[in-house]
Amino acid sequence: METKDALINYCLRLGDSSLILGQRMAEWCSNGPILEEDIAMTNLSLDLIGQARTMLSYSGVVEGKGRSEDDLAYRREEREFYNTLLSERPNGHFGDTVVRNFLHDAFFYYLYQALKSSKDEMIAAHAAKSIKEVTYHLRHSSEWLVRLGDGTVESHEKVQESLNDLWEYTGDLFEMNEVDEVLIKEGIAVDLQKIKLEWDKTINTVIERSTLTRPEDAYMHSGRLDAMHSEYLGHLIADMQFLQRAYPEAQW
Amino acid sequence: MEDVKKLEEFQAKIDSEIKIEPKDWMPEDYRKHLQRQISQHAHSEVIGMQPEGNWISRAPSLRAKVVLLAKIQDEAGHGQYLYSAAETLGKSRDEYIADLQSGKAKYSSIFNYPTLTWADMGAVGWLVDGAAIVNQVSLQRTSYGPYSRAMIRICKEESFHQRQGYEIMATMAKGTPEQKAMAQDALNRFWWPSIMMFGPHDSDSPNTGNAVKWKIKRETNDELRQKFIDKTVGQAEVIGLTIPDPALKWNEEKGSYDFGEMNWDEFWNVVKGNGPCNKQRLNHHKKAHKEGIWVREAAIAYAKKQKEKQLVA
Repeated sequence: METKDALINYCLRLGDSSLILGQRMAEWCSNGPILEEDIAMTNLSLDLIGQARTMLSYSGVVEGKGRSEDDLAYRREEREFYNTLLSERPNGHFGDTVVRNFLHDAFFYYLYQALKSSKDEMIAAHAAKSIKEVTYHLRHSSEWLVRLGDGTVESHEKVQESLNDLWEYTGDLFEMNEVDEVLIKEGIAVDLQKIKLEWDKTINTVIERSTLTRPEDAYMHSGRLDAMHSEYLGHLIADMQFLQRAYPEAQW
Repeated sequence: MEDVKKLEEFQAKIDSEIKIEPKDWMPEDYRKHLQRQISQHAHSEVIGMQPEGNWISRAPSLRAKVVLLAKIQDEAGHGQYLYSAAETLGKSRDEYIADLQSGKAKYSSIFNYPTLTWADMGAVGWLVDGAAIVNQVSLQRTSYGPYSRAMIRICKEESFHQRQGYEIMATMAKGTPEQKAMAQDALNRFWWPSIMMFGPHDSDSPNTGNAVKWKIKRETNDELRQKFIDKTVGQAEVIGLTIPDPALKWNEEKGSYDFGEMNWDEFWNVVKGNGPCNKQRLNHHKKAHKEGIWVREAAIAYAKKQKEKQLVA
């Protein structure tokens, strides 16, 4: 595999995960448990979609076929999206969202920490900028996890169930293939198994503070590397792409 | 006797343009009027998130999506400052929200109309925020200090929203025939409800009374409506859209536009709860509020536990 092809795919992975999680967070608008949370969740969405724009644009530039961020967001099919399986999980109740985001934020946090030293200047710059945002995201989701875990009996039970349900999508975050191998050799990408060690520590600490129990590692779903998704992604994409698909000639 | 003296002092302050602050004495009717008006304004910001939120997931470009998200986030922020301003009048945000949900408090009727196409994001920004700005610019000089200061802050953001809305309309008006048709349709649907946002004619306005004497309201409904129409007609012409009012005509003598009669039956129907989306908007708000109960309870329980731990330590 050529470095160029690997890089295109790597940028799509980063960009798509931010885009899909950003789209999910936007669904919270006007649905938050308090007005302040509505504002916070919109902020997360804004950051994530901003991150997606940078990585999708860059993927298009590396590809060199003139595809823009919007071409990539709006004109690809479901089987061409490389986002993490976790990012497309539905919002569910507030606790489900908090857990999903917590697991994902911790992943992005350590990934971007490591990618700050990427030999690809654009990825390094993107990581350096995003880490500021993701640090806040991780703090936000961790604080809520602690509040809900150590809040009432009801909130504790709810959020433990969310954690149990979402756990099986965390293995997918750390899977690697030839794309990673090629880019790790070039010093562009990082070894996700190393990221997982850091991730595990944070997850354990916050779960403990939350008085919750870390689920056993049982079966883990895969999919991200082969653009294999749950049924949920197709609906999200259909909704997101509607105008661009219905009026392909239009400029907005 | 003392109240008469206090009332005279209060009116003297108003007359000399000194702002009334939360701890100052104020007549009960002044307090009630402001509680009603500021909370209604806060509720409008919050309910207004729904019709625009309806298009975030379908925004046609990533840029358009972040612009819309940022705008709705501003509205939520405006709701937040306005609830804070309203709370200085001795009533809590929870009480105000309970009044909204019981139907006792109102919000702007414009948000009871549906947003059916992307052009509606343009029309809402251009016309609805445009009308809101005319009102809010005037309210920057309102006599109650916290409300006036909230308005000054809010106006800065609103004028930005109006330009963004107009940009969407302008882009669509010069786009494909389908886009232009969507833009014109959005203008047709939002024009009359927007000019009715200023409320009934001055001769039929039940809440004006003391509001002018107390300088809560600095200009009347009809004056504000006229200002809005005068500045908007030219903007429509520039982008080649037609205001759906055959009676609209420049009146050289008075230096402003004459316009047709508004459908007040429709207006009162929507105010009374029979608009296309009244039930939907309120039920959406109640549902989110109800689904958040366990989260708010958990946050309170957690904070209480932390406090107890600190006391022990």
